[in-house]
Amino acid sequence: MSVAETASPETLRLEGVRKSYGVGTPVETEVLHGIDVRIKSGEFAALIGPSGGGKSTLLNLIGLLDQPTRGKVWIQEVETEKLDDAERTRLRGRSIGFVFQYHYLLPAFTALENVMMPMLAVRGFPDDAMRERAAMLLDEVGLTPWKDHRTNDISGGQQQRVAVARSLAMKPALVLADEPTGNLDTNTADGVFDVLRSVNETSGTTFLIVTHDPRLAQRCDRIIELVDGRLVADRPNLNVVRRSGAVFSESAQPAA
Amino acid sequence: MNRFTPFEWIAAMRFMREGLVQTLLIVAGVALGVAVIVFMSAALAGLQTNIIRRTLNYMAPIVVIPPQQVARPLRGGEKGSAVLVQPRSQQLRSIDQWQKARAQIERLPEVTAVAPVVSGPGFALRGDANKAVNITGIEPETYLGVISLADKIVDGKLSVASSDIIIGTELGEDLGAGVGDKLRLTTATGASATLNVTGIFDFGNKRVNEANVYISLHVAQSLLNLVGGVSSLEVKVRDPFDAETIAQIIQDETGQEADSWIKTNAQFFTAMLAQTLTNRLIRFFVGLTAALGIASVLVVSVVQKSKEIGILRAMGTSSGQVLRLFLLQGAVMGLAGSILGSGLSFVFLSLFRGIARNPDGTLMFVIEIDAPLLAVTAIGATLVGLLAAALPARLAARLDPAVAIRG
Repeated sequence: MSVAETASPETLRLEGVRKSYGVGTPVETEVLHGIDVRIKSGEFAALIGPSGGGKSTLLNLIGLLDQPTRGKVWIQEVETEKLDDAERTRLRGRSIGFVFQYHYLLPAFTALENVMMPMLAVRGFPDDAMRERAAMLLDEVGLTPWKDHRTNDISGGQQQRVAVARSLAMKPALVLADEPTGNLDTNTADGVFDVLRSVNETSGTTFLIVTHDPRLAQRCDRIIELVDGRLVADRPNLNVVRRSGAVFSESAQPAA
Repeated sequence: MNRFTPFEWIAAMRFMREGLVQTLLIVAGVALGVAVIVFMSAALAGLQTNIIRRTLNYMAPIVVIPPQQVARPLRGGEKGSAVLVQPRSQQLRSIDQWQKARAQIERLPEVTAVAPVVSGPGFALRGDANKAVNITGIEPETYLGVISLADKIVDGKLSVASSDIIIGTELGEDLGAGVGDKLRLTTATGASATLNVTGIFDFGNKRVNEANVYISLHVAQSLLNLVGGVSSLEVKVRDPFDAETIAQIIQDETGQEADSWIKTNAQFFTAMLAQTLTNRLIRFFVGLTAALGIASVLVVSVVQKSKEIGILRAMGTSSGQVLRLFLLQGAVMGLAGSILGSGLSFVFLSLFRGIARNPDGTLMFVIEIDAPLLAVTAIGATLVGLLAAALPARLAARLDPAVAIRG
């Protein structure tokens, strides 16, 4: 618990979180059996474990996309249990960024507009500040030359980097990444992971990353392991590999 | 993206542009539906106004006549007595106290003009030729308020001084009489008068042109032995479709018999009502088809975009925003379709104008597409689009983001 012992504020706190599906029916199944986790601001944590272990369910609860059957979830020290749907949507929009295995960009919009989208959805009308921030974020992930391309016209790695930029649009305290590199080849995956890591280091954004890839997990500061709905391990990673050595090689080339 | 366009509008427009083929197909479908509705409504209205105008050309909307004379047996209803009642023959009579009845009718707010008329059967003679005619005695100043006879004069002038007569084109041909010629009118009572033809009218109806003759009220009164009386009061009303209701009121107030053109042309009127009803039915189903088209396109779009909707929700888009996003698409498709369809209806109309012509090349009837009809259709189509989008929009708004993203 060395990382958690610093005095920085808590970004995430779970207490006794349980989740059952089919509540009240004969087929009621509990998939999470009481999870307690605290993640401090600025942490870069991996959530690992076999498929079907409840990782995605846990991520949905943390991301306020779903509610626990029992237990409590705090986001930035806000207790989320009593919030109504609109308040949860607002808190989610302000505090949490998402990166998924598949990028889920909106193909009807350009890369820049996709990054603007969370700001636009929350504020209602577009403005220059949004555009500037989106351009700045795309620059951070090395995509300035592609900012006005439709997202279908750029490569998979570039799309995922747009998704990363989009997740950061609202300056969220916490970014939840669900297998963010699951669809990418090793080199591209390393590039995307480097982006996540550097954002964490420069802005102090907290990351919780679900991954199957032990190589990538080794690059996180803390590794949380979830098996069959229970936390079986939660340890600081002492041999953290900070840089992959991969550069944004593809960003220098036009889309295939 | 301009700073005054809200998120929902931007997203709705992009989504529609993204599925451009789908959007265009459904807009084309709505446009066709709107064009059919606008054109059919306009054509039917044109046809009906035309028929009504032609009928009310030579006919007053309401004609007030004395009540029928009935035979009243002195003894009747007693058991065991057989009484044979012969119906009375109806002699030409004047309306009892017609000035009073006329004043009563004129007081009704819906009535625009009342004209006293004496009409009855007679013969027109000229040389060896004679023709049975329907003598109509009029006061031009009141009669013109009911029937626009002045517009129908094709030769001579509208003048019914005591020695004048106005005849129809057909009768003129049959008798070989033109303006300035003399002819004799006789009636069954034996009375007769020699009159000058001062005008020839054409109502566009052969039967009327060959049978009707117009003379002054006084001459008709003496010819038909009805001095001081009138055989009917002809009444014009503001809306010809209200004629039957007003006729009932007149009947109740004056105690005379009032026949509306609706009653005397019952068959024609039923046919017209059936037309109107059919038109409404067609409009309804065309509208429904358009709505189902829009709804199905949007449902498919919601299913296709469920992951994108999920991610929008995860990014902080409210379910209300998602709802509006899809409602907007429906409304825009409806509105775009109605604008296009209105244009299309003008094309239909000009095509129709080329086809629907009388043998002499004049228009069979006038169809006008009026602005209110277009406005109503545009608003209607937009509402239909909104309504059609309601189901898909609710579907999208209720999408559970966690489930949608998992797929």
